[in-house]
Amino acid sequence: MSVRVQEQDFDLAAELAGFGDGAGAIVTFTGIVRNNPAGDLREMLIEHYPAMTKPALEQIETDALNRWQLTDSRIIHRFGALKPGAQIMMVATASTHRQNAFEAAEFLMDYLKSRAPFWKKEITTSGEVWVQGKDADVAALKRW
Amino acid sequence: MIDVVYFAWVRERIGVPREQVETNAKTVAELVSELSAREDRYELAFSDLSAIRVAVNQTLVEFDAPLEGATEVAFFPPMTGG
Repeated sequence: MSVRVQEQDFDLAAELAGFGDGAGAIVTFTGIVRNNPAGDLREMLIEHYPAMTKPALEQIETDALNRWQLTDSRIIHRFGALKPGAQIMMVATASTHRQNAFEAAEFLMDYLKSRAPFWKKEITTSGEVWVQGKDADVAALKRW
Repeated sequence: MIDVVYFAWVRERIGVPREQVETNAKTVAELVSELSAREDRYELAFSDLSAIRVAVNQTLVEFDAPLEGATEVAFFPPMTGG
């Protein structure tokens, strides 16, 4: 069980070495900086609230652990200036059976979207714009 | 004294990331009213509270939350993690 908030990149394969503690199923999700529809994204600037970020992520992880039988979990979220194609974050969940691992990973992602104190700003060749939170992301929490 | 911190476009509109505020406000909403009455930049930043989220001592709360025991209040737009 671990949560990391960091500027540097991560290596998914290295993260999964030894992960799971005898699990029968490991699910991972990796979020990638995608270009915008105009194709002119230079950077995605990710700002966060250092004093709150790790506790908020740990709370989300604890909620998942209370709900599903997981043998392991990991959340990594980056901040700083990221180029299109760069990894932004990952979650990994491990369980005896796949259903728990899939559901817990989706739960973590849904809560990360609108309950973890990160903000994204797109820096394009024509200007800068803050990414707006989506109502759909908030609505997604209702299914849990 | 309360530390007030701002993030993303709220920080940009107010112009500072952090400041100390001397206040007798009992709730977050009263603090917002006090700040908005001070200067236009606060009034502008807080003009649509439906677009702002608030945390007291690093925990998300509603605007009617009490400030008793608060050492840090943070204002920011809806979060966009993931």
